[in-house]
Amino acid sequence: MGKDFSSKTPIYLQIIQHICSQIIRGDLQPGEKLPSVREMALKMGVNPNTIQRVYMELERESLAEARRGQGTFVTENRDRLQQLRLDLKHDRIKTFIADMTEMGFTTEEISLGLVEYFAKSLNEGDK
Amino acid sequence: MVDPVITFEHVTKMIYNKKIIHDIHFQLPKGKIIGMVGPNGSGKSTILKLMAGLILPSKGNISLYGNHITRRSSQSIAYLPEKSGYYPFYTVRETISYHNRIYKDFNLEKATDMIKFMRLNANEKVSSLSKGHVSRLKIVLALSRQAPLILLDEPLTGLDPMMRASIIKGLIAFLDIPEQTIVITTHEVMEIEPLLDMVLAIRNGEIIKFDDLDNIRELAGGNLLDWMTNTYT
Repeated sequence: MGKDFSSKTPIYLQIIQHICSQIIRGDLQPGEKLPSVREMALKMGVNPNTIQRVYMELERESLAEARRGQGTFVTENRDRLQQLRLDLKHDRIKTFIADMTEMGFTTEEISLGLVEYFAKSLNEGDK
Repeated sequence: MVDPVITFEHVTKMIYNKKIIHDIHFQLPKGKIIGMVGPNGSGKSTILKLMAGLILPSKGNISLYGNHITRRSSQSIAYLPEKSGYYPFYTVRETISYHNRIYKDFNLEKATDMIKFMRLNANEKVSSLSKGHVSRLKIVLALSRQAPLILLDEPLTGLDPMMRASIIKGLIAFLDIPEQTIVITTHEVMEIEPLLDMVLAIRNGEIIKFDDLDNIRELAGGNLLDWMTNTYT
């Protein structure tokens, strides 16, 4: 049941990240209804208050909208979803670069490493 | 704090001249799930019994929605004891209907739903239930009440991981948040953590921390267990 919330990031933020990835992957479509607060709480194995907060934050970020008496829906605003995609890409790259820099890799080493990695995995994919 | 459910004012509890609880002072907000943690013998069960009105403070005052707590408060507090006190000759259904008779706020429909959800057999005798099934029955009895305050003393102790997961699921499915406030004591911190809004940490009969879970996680730079490991050892 549920997700593993052992990392130090607040649980509600981990769930927001999880839902955002689902939106980017297309597992959740624009305009799709999100599970009710209690259904989502059961699915994630967390307190319903936490899901309430998650939905509120998603609304505040214009990624979801609450419709009175109907529930919460993924936004249909394509521009906003495209922005989310770019933001997530930027975030992940930033984290990766920060980790690599901390270990002492230079910008050149990192970019060369990426090029080599892609070339290698492309070759392996051909076989 | 707006509308606290329960207020402890400088509460001290002596048992046989030994101070079990030292001058504790706090208020629980409405609609939250609060985890009470601390080593064995730190006073968790005593605090829960004080909240339930089962024992009275030696000094200080405890109130529920501003009213002094007494033995009668059990009509508005659902208390799940660590040890069970049910009639072994009753079936599950008879136990439910007995509780339905003694508690005005008992919701029979909810109890019937929960029995199904927890996969209990209504015709089985309490005496022949396994330990895990007795624990499920206890949860059903506590959560079927529309009481504003629910107190669960070690609801997961001694159960296998699947049984613990099903009880946690039952809590999420049937708690009436934000109408009800829940206090849970447990040593199964990793499993209960995702359920908590707040943590009340006890050591030697004193409160060493009462804060939102997120603040404690931030403070620890990790999860609740990390914080407890740093604090208690």
